[in-house]
Amino acid sequence: MTRTMNKTRAALTACLIAMLAGPAHAASGWGLLNMPEGVTELSKKIYDLHMMIFWWCVAIGIFVFGWMIWAIVAFRKSKGAVANTAMVHSTRAEIIWTLIPVVILVAMSVPSARVLIDIEDARNTELTVKVTAYQWKWQYQYLGTDVGYFSTLARDSNSARQLQSGVDPETVPNYLLDVDRPLVVPAGTKVRLLLTAQDVIHAWWVPDFGMKKDAIPGLVNEMWFKVDTSKTGRYRGQCAELCGRDHGFMPIVVDVLSKADFEAWLAAQKAVVKQAAVAQATPAIS
Amino acid sequence: MSTPRGQLERDNKRLTGRLALMALGSFAFGFALVPLYDVLCAVTGFGDQKALARAAEVAPQAADESRTVTVEFVADLPNVGSWEFRPVIASMQVHPGKLYETEFVAKNLTGHDTVAQAVPSVAPGNVAGYFHKTECFCFTPQKFAKDEERVLPVRFIVDRALPRHLDRITLAYTFYDQSIRVGQR
Amino acid sequence: MATHAHAAAHDDHDHKPHGWRRWVFSTNHKDIGTMYLVFACTMFFVGGTMALIIRAELFQPGLQFVDPQFFNSMTAMHALVMIFGAIMPAWVGLANWMIPIQIGAPDMALPRLNNLSFWILPFAFLILLGTLFVPGGAPAGGWTMYPPLALQGGDSFPMMIFAIHLRGISSVLGAINVVVTIMNMRAPGMNLLKMPMFVWTWLITAYLLVAVMPVLAGAVTMLLTDHFFGTSFFAASGGGDPVMFQHIFWFFGHPEVYIMILPAFGIVSEIIPTFSRKPLFGYESMVYATAAIGFLSFIVWAHHMFTVGMPLAGQLFFMLATMLISVPTGVKVFNWCATMTRGSLSFEPPMLFALAFLFLFTIGGFSGLMLAIVPADFQYQDSYFVVAHFHYVLVPGSLFAIIGAVYYWLPKWVGRMYDQKLATWHFWLSAIFVNVLFFPQHFLGLAGMPRRIPDYATQFADWNMVSSIGAFGFGFSQLLLPYIIIKCVKSGAKAADRTWDGAHGLEWELPSPAPFHSWESPPSAAVIARGAEH
Ligand SMILES: [Cu+2]
Repeated sequence: MTRTMNKTRAALTACLIAMLAGPAHAASGWGLLNMPEGVTELSKKIYDLHMMIFWWCVAIGIFVFGWMIWAIVAFRKSKGAVANTAMVHSTRAEIIWTLIPVVILVAMSVPSARVLIDIEDARNTELTVKVTAYQWKWQYQYLGTDVGYFSTLARDSNSARQLQSGVDPETVPNYLLDVDRPLVVPAGTKVRLLLTAQDVIHAWWVPDFGMKKDAIPGLVNEMWFKVDTSKTGRYRGQCAELCGRDHGFMPIVVDVLSKADFEAWLAAQKAVVKQAAVAQATPAIS
Repeated sequence: MSTPRGQLERDNKRLTGRLALMALGSFAFGFALVPLYDVLCAVTGFGDQKALARAAEVAPQAADESRTVTVEFVADLPNVGSWEFRPVIASMQVHPGKLYETEFVAKNLTGHDTVAQAVPSVAPGNVAGYFHKTECFCFTPQKFAKDEERVLPVRFIVDRALPRHLDRITLAYTFYDQSIRVGQR
Repeated sequence: MATHAHAAAHDDHDHKPHGWRRWVFSTNHKDIGTMYLVFACTMFFVGGTMALIIRAELFQPGLQFVDPQFFNSMTAMHALVMIFGAIMPAWVGLANWMIPIQIGAPDMALPRLNNLSFWILPFAFLILLGTLFVPGGAPAGGWTMYPPLALQGGDSFPMMIFAIHLRGISSVLGAINVVVTIMNMRAPGMNLLKMPMFVWTWLITAYLLVAVMPVLAGAVTMLLTDHFFGTSFFAASGGGDPVMFQHIFWFFGHPEVYIMILPAFGIVSEIIPTFSRKPLFGYESMVYATAAIGFLSFIVWAHHMFTVGMPLAGQLFFMLATMLISVPTGVKVFNWCATMTRGSLSFEPPMLFALAFLFLFTIGGFSGLMLAIVPADFQYQDSYFVVAHFHYVLVPGSLFAIIGAVYYWLPKWVGRMYDQKLATWHFWLSAIFVNVLFFPQHFLGLAGMPRRIPDYATQFADWNMVSSIGAFGFGFSQLLLPYIIIKCVKSGAKAADRTWDGAHGLEWELPSPAPFHSWESPPSAAVIARGAEH
């Protein structure tokens, strides 16, 4: 008896923790309730801003909903409430509930503007990757090198996502969020993305990086991120702007390596490109 | 309000006419927004990207040797395979106020004579007002013979007034072949 | 004004036209209002069916029912049908029915124009829905029609644009009629500041319509010429700018949002005082707040497109202007709360829907405020958080207000009382399922699910399933509405002239059902004074 009770309590606690902890611990989807804090300088600032506005809304909500519920409960006709028909207007009250929101808005907008200014400060970037969006894949080019490649939906996801494919998505690892070749970037480095598109408008979005930006044909847009040195790993996102039939099937995967690992990776890629060029230039003998 | 019937009908007609004019005005305003946005961008200094496609007239400036800005060059093609298009050098270190020249290379692989035009764009967008091109292959359509390869020069000055919080400018071109319709599948 | 009686007298009093002629050639504001409402209800179920196709596909990960292209058509068509076919015609229908009655006018100012603006609609929607059957399928580039994607549309593309043009003409004509009616046809003594709030909100809405519907027409015309006549307004290849379309579209699109919600503010301002048995608190500030919202709607458009890459100053401007909208909106909410305070509240179906509006629209307002914050918007933009936001504003917002209005005035229209118990059921089912449907979408968006995708990663499965269950619950609950109305028309008990004991306004001075011709001689000053105790 007590054992089952303990078990139930443990399960409930686990549920609660999962709900509060959010995506980080979310094995199942129920825990996905909030924006990820993310792994970059900006994503954390954006998360804090989001939470600040959220708590303001909660505070205002407690007041407004409290008032509504109080009015609904306290002034029921069925409980004999008699209307005070003289209460039609109060200049003082109306001025108060015009001015207090203004003050709250100022309190919200100052930190928002500050974060925005940080976002717009793209000075001292150390690596630029050009991102070109296509229907329906991404192309990454490391500016100043010949390294560049396409990144498309992983094959197992692609076969499982066909209409009535008969494949259970749950059996596909990282269903729809996996690609053949991820973007590779170093941690602890201010990386700038130059975004453009070849055909229609797309948007590059990795929630853990805090930012999304449109990739527009004929225009270049820029955005930057700096992943914390300790947060090497693999991060996933998706195209966020409707771009046609397979809009839902052009995921983004970013491998964040340590600086040293990244340098090694880039050197290897350069070597591969060079070799390919040499192979092309020298016609095979015999 | 106690107007005779004829008066009311006249009033109704007049107001209807005015509102119809207002609606027509709104329709025209929708079209007027196209040039208006460019004007707005230009006067507010937000950067009018379309001005990049015209020769800038700049008063000669003394070079600001104390400041270095990186200018990156990017080449884009809307149709992979039918053209070759790339900057000769990937980036340059420049001093604001000084005139520089760089080159792009384009090669026509379409298999026929054709005309193409480059559409310029800069990032960040608000730099457009500080990036002056005195000469550019994007000002006019370029005729290319079959398999012709050509070096295309650009001359530019970064304005001394470039805001201090910017240290890097990207100049990108998309090279549109006029014989190929873009964006259709 | 007294001559109005003669003006309408030759329109025979006793026999209204019979058969199909009564409807096709109708110039009677009540009949035209009824047709608008029936049309809106039909389109609501058409658009709702599309929504259920979307939610069925999203019930679980993997593609079970539809091709991605068709899915995209469903999201685009659902929006077009619901916005232009359901919500807007419902408001015009209510305006037709109620504005002349509420201001003491015998009819709309321009009855023949009124007939035309209604009858354009069925043709516009035949064309729009016809796109479902053309090669290449219905428009699939979103209701926002962003180029270059929209230009990839097949045969459906010119059809969609033609339908939007027709629909726009209908709207503008309807709006002109509303303005002229309100400005010129008020009974003597019915000053602007004595008008019911529904009339006020509609007056401002009508001006917004005249100002922005033609801008949409211009935008889609440019799309059309870009596609067929070689112009390049929005094509980068010809020196155009794809982002320009978004600016023009949202210059229309943001006021459009208020076109759908301002009349709802009016309805709620009618219902809450009636069932609080107390005049509306702060009537004048309500009028000014509505006007302020109407004005602000013109200077916030770019908050729909923060991710296109705007200069810092532009982002700051649009953020602050957008946040500012919450001030007049807040004034409205506080005034409604103050109206209920020290009232004598009862909870008939119209009041229930108005109260749900108050709670749930406020939630939509909160998420709207969050979306205004540019840095956070970089995360929210184009995610399900946005979907949750605008559905909170449009479903428990506009739609609940429309349903509330129907339950409020139905006895006046048909002279019979509906089954209030069943309507209360309708309310509770709607109110619960609408939250089951849309609240989890906040979580999905924050967790990183983009909008307009037919399939999703498995971690989004749980909340999507909940949302889909809510959708089916909500959708099927709505079948109660036509059932309740039909039952009321056929067999409802006789309704009193003043159906609700707390109701004020000229409509309640008329018998129930309201006669085919009403206020042929304008109401006396005493009647107006009695009605104007807002
Ligand atoms: Cu895309």
